Amino acid sequence: MHLHYLDPYQPRDSVVHALDARIKLSLAVAFILVVALMPMGAWALYALLLALSLSVIVLSELGVGPVLKRSVLALPFVLAAAPLLITGGLPTLVTLPIGGGIPISAPGAARFASIAIKSWLSLQMAIVLASATSFPQLLLAMRALRVPKLFVATFGLMWRYLFVLADETQRMLRARAARSGVSGEPGRKVGGSVIWRARVAGAMAGSLFLRAIERGDRIYLAMASRGYDGEIRSFPMPVIPRAQWVVLFAAFFVLALLLGLSLVF
Amino acid sequence: MLSKPAEMHIPDGFLSVGVSIALWIVALIFIAISLRKVNQTLGERQVPLMGVLAACIFAGQMLNFTVAGGTSGHLMGAALATILIGPWASILVMTCVVGAQALLFQDGGLLALGGNIVNMGIIGSFVSYGIFTVIKRLAGERRVGVFLSGFTAGWTSIVVAALAVALQLAASGTTTANIAVPTMGVVHMLIGIGEGLITVGALSVVYAARRDLVTGDAPAKGGNRGLVIGGVLIAVLLAVASPLASAFPDGLEWVAEQQGFLDKAQGPAFELFPDYVVPGIQNEALATIAAGLLGMLIVLGAASALAWSRRKRATPSV
Repeated sequence: MHLHYLDPYQPRDSVVHALDARIKLSLAVAFILVVALMPMGAWALYALLLALSLSVIVLSELGVGPVLKRSVLALPFVLAAAPLLITGGLPTLVTLPIGGGIPISAPGAARFASIAIKSWLSLQMAIVLASATSFPQLLLAMRALRVPKLFVATFGLMWRYLFVLADETQRMLRARAARSGVSGEPGRKVGGSVIWRARVAGAMAGSLFLRAIERGDRIYLAMASRGYDGEIRSFPMPVIPRAQWVVLFAAFFVLALLLGLSLVF
Repeated sequence: MLSKPAEMHIPDGFLSVGVSIALWIVALIFIAISLRKVNQTLGERQVPLMGVLAACIFAGQMLNFTVAGGTSGHLMGAALATILIGPWASILVMTCVVGAQALLFQDGGLLALGGNIVNMGIIGSFVSYGIFTVIKRLAGERRVGVFLSGFTAGWTSIVVAALAVALQLAASGTTTANIAVPTMGVVHMLIGIGEGLITVGALSVVYAARRDLVTGDAPAKGGNRGLVIGGVLIAVLLAVASPLASAFPDGLEWVAEQQGFLDKAQGPAFELFPDYVVPGIQNEALATIAAGLLGMLIVLGAASALAWSRRKRATPSV
């Protein structure tokens, strides 16, 4: 298993890590929901929400820098909202000196910035959730949130074998690289046509699939030989300590307060 | 990051709450149906087989090939999974994959996860199932027929899912249909070629080694005529609706405005506190500055709380 670095979980001794996964998952989803419910251009409220998420990052001891660096990685999607800059309507903010001049609409720009900020805030919380909660804990939280048992079990098994199959994929990629010529001469065409290259990648996907099917059969036999009969048996849920309930309700109260402010303000 | 397939994972903040919830409901309904359907055909083998296949599709998205100028083609996998294990199992597998990408790698948002499951899992699976079955029937069970239908299924699944993304974004008021639909459509018509080619490559290997998986009769995989028609219908509907939506964006804008009812609901609140708003920008700027200061205090508080707890933790061990 070389791919354990895939696991986003980063063990720390922080208060956020110590929180029960059920509380963390509900709070993260509640935060993202509140962010989504915020009206466009509520800059003051965005600042408060940013303060909240930064506080959580600080308390999680994951490091503000690394989390913020990861959180901008997914931002390129903001391009999808770029048309708003032009079609947002009057008044015009600035006119870009491209071609005959492209007018940038002020309400469009405000909307665009709001979408980018809201997306960024949600992303920060999602990163903290994934980095501060171990996978078994996440499964437990999913079960507590009434996700069907069969689905949770499948999800868990996927995670268990993702590392095995990702290793296998990397071996395939390495084997392909080892058999592919690389020319030091710049601009020299290497390898076959694009279609041929695509079919090679496809053949790799096909054999990965066949190996996975065979492995699935073996896993089933192994499970059956150890008493598996289709019924998923799991430990009872651990009790949530009273202090953590307090944290949950306090956080819900703060989020509800912000939501209320957004209606008035 | 583990995978960077076609930019189709919608992050949080891009779908309005109304659209997100509607898509979540659709996703949940179909996940529940496919859980039951797959359990009927696979029984107790469901969990190990589906789990490993989900891991396989997840890992298979790492497989890429260089196209030109530093770009590369990737696999999404909905079409391949649908052809090999049937539409219901494919929905389950893709839900696991998309769910893990959102929950663990932040590829796609949590609130937007319902939409991403609908686009990549449900629409992707049904459309490729419909297209694959129809073309295979037209072309016969020959090798060429299988590959031709595999390519078309892969290509269509990407293009139709991209159109669905564009329409959802437009319905959320995040973008405008007359720009988003053509852009997303054209870009993914190119990306879809890569998906189609990889799907064919994979099918050719499976065809050589386990022909029964490719040509196996549909009922064993839980499909039926209704699903075929449904899948083709989704493809046709989205293919027809998207140009319409981009030619007449008013319809979607109307949806977006209806979705933005929370923005609207503020109207009365503003009137209830007229003094609050009349001074306008100045007041708003003051409020933002105050919020910024308060925010800094909050973060400072968190940092000092952390420092304090660290010291407390350190003392006993010293």
